[in-house]
Amino acid sequence: MSQEKSDHNEELLLDEKWLNDWNKQKKPRPPLFKNVVSAFLAGGTVCLLGQLILNLFLYLGVPEKQAGNPTVATVIFIAAILTGLGVFDKISRIAGAGLAVPVTGFANSVTSMAIEFKREGLVLGTGSKMFGLAGSVIVFGVVTAFIVGLISAIAP
Amino acid sequence: MVGQLLFDLTPLTPGHILSGFTVAGGILGGLGVYDKLIEFAGAGALLPISSFGNSLAKGAMSEAARSGILGVLTGMFELTSTGITAAIIFAFFMALVFNPKG
Amino acid sequence: MTEAVAEKIKPAGKKIGRQSLMMEKKAVLLSTATVAGPKESAGPLARYYDRLCTDNLLNEKSFERAECHMLEEACFLSLGKAGLTPDEIDLFIAGDLLNQIISSSFCARKLALPFFGIYGACSSLVEGLSIGAMLLEGNFAEHILIGTSSHNCSSERQYRYPTEYGYQRPGYSQQTVTGAGAVVLGPSFHEGPRIESITIGKIVDPGIKDPYNMGMAMAPAAADTIYRHFTDLKRDPEYYDLILSGDLGEVGKQLNEDILERKGLKLNNYTDCGVQIYYPHQKVNSGASGCACCALVFLGKIYSQMMQQELRKVLLVATGALHSTTTFQQGESIPGIAHAISLEI
Repeated sequence: MSQEKSDHNEELLLDEKWLNDWNKQKKPRPPLFKNVVSAFLAGGTVCLLGQLILNLFLYLGVPEKQAGNPTVATVIFIAAILTGLGVFDKISRIAGAGLAVPVTGFANSVTSMAIEFKREGLVLGTGSKMFGLAGSVIVFGVVTAFIVGLISAIAP
Repeated sequence: MVGQLLFDLTPLTPGHILSGFTVAGGILGGLGVYDKLIEFAGAGALLPISSFGNSLAKGAMSEAARSGILGVLTGMFELTSTGITAAIIFAFFMALVFNPKG
Repeated sequence: MTEAVAEKIKPAGKKIGRQSLMMEKKAVLLSTATVAGPKESAGPLARYYDRLCTDNLLNEKSFERAECHMLEEACFLSLGKAGLTPDEIDLFIAGDLLNQIISSSFCARKLALPFFGIYGACSSLVEGLSIGAMLLEGNFAEHILIGTSSHNCSSERQYRYPTEYGYQRPGYSQQTVTGAGAVVLGPSFHEGPRIESITIGKIVDPGIKDPYNMGMAMAPAAADTIYRHFTDLKRDPEYYDLILSGDLGEVGKQLNEDILERKGLKLNNYTDCGVQIYYPHQKVNSGASGCACCALVFLGKIYSQMMQQELRKVLLVATGALHSTTTFQQGESIPGIAHAISLEI
């Protein structure tokens, strides 16, 4: 592949080194500090919200060990609604990883795929494409857990 | 924050990065470390996708401890059932109600 | 192909240099029409567009249908302006970004004309104009209709992520333009901007693997074609009032200029369609891209300026990033291409 490229690029003096240097010097860099701070604040806000919801469920009498479940479900619901309203992607432009890494990101990826591919029908679109983005999270999560589980079961 | 740095500084896609977090959660869960993180951080450790990996691992491990090696398979989704089911149900209903706006 | 080999092969009569063709008959752009999406209609060039859309669905059931609707509208508007009916058109050439260029195919279905579908990604307009000009030159047709379209949402959901997915676009990324453009090409005895020469581009692949970095993937191809054009025709950049690239964006434009400067070619009269379509406050990072980017600017603003004689000689270099989602996931890079036509009035 690189041999084919270099024949054409030779005439333009387009060598990899020059292009890499250009890349480093002239390509716009992400506003790292701003992004990290935004992500931090956003992620923190999401978790804060989650903590409030958790406390709400505890207050309503749900036993501590089980309060995590309805909390996660509620957060997923909120993220799904925001995705449906077309608001999630706008907030995400600023929040970045702050919204993507928590389960809100998972909910957004599943919901956005479901909504987008509704046009291809509920079965072939929404149904089959729903986990197009989140699938690898589930697959790799399960595979890791399997290996970890096996090891814990075999090892003393 | 770690996620944001990975997003901005590496050519890895969100899919790669989130899968990585999940795997990390699973490993930390296996080592018994993630529980301590949850005790300390509460929702701060429960909500990120790494906790998903942890829950999968815990489910597998606890069922294996209860009923032997097959437990790894039967118990896997025990703790994460809520998350996945909720996501599927809500996503489906959102798809019925809403349209993509671009 | 080395120079020695090229020397041995006798070029056909109208071919000059390695990749360029000199037109004798010089087909005329009889009329143009542009249909712009909501974001583009809020941009600085809105007054040059024929139809401004307020939403990106146009009461259609899907983004794909909306895109096709826009292309059909542009085609019929263009025919109307030229005073022609579809019966008087010999051939329809069109291309877009969708898989199997289905927008163009459905539009061709409505027009019921002999149809050649082409794929040059964002360089489709110039590819179409080039082929059209060559056919008119060879007396194979008298009137040719050329169209192209792109839609932000239909491209995003096909090439990248669903439209509601939360993702931060990097600063060097570009916004695919929602819009369509059509032009009727006719015989040279008419008045109007005419196609004087064509430089057919070849694929140049700088090895970019980031689907958000289209500008850098295409810039080397643009530089290659521009360099080829001036070498083949033995011209200087100053010959033209304006040199215009299709959709390189801020980043690609800069790279293009830098590559050419290294080869000793300084462009003083050069700009890019991608940096003209939106205002800075519309937050589009590096600028616009898509088949309609070149179409809206060239068929809208530049055509109008040429008709007013504000511009007499223009070199249009449309650029395309030939991105395949399949091979991209397999780790392959994104090859680029650029086609050029020179126009005079």
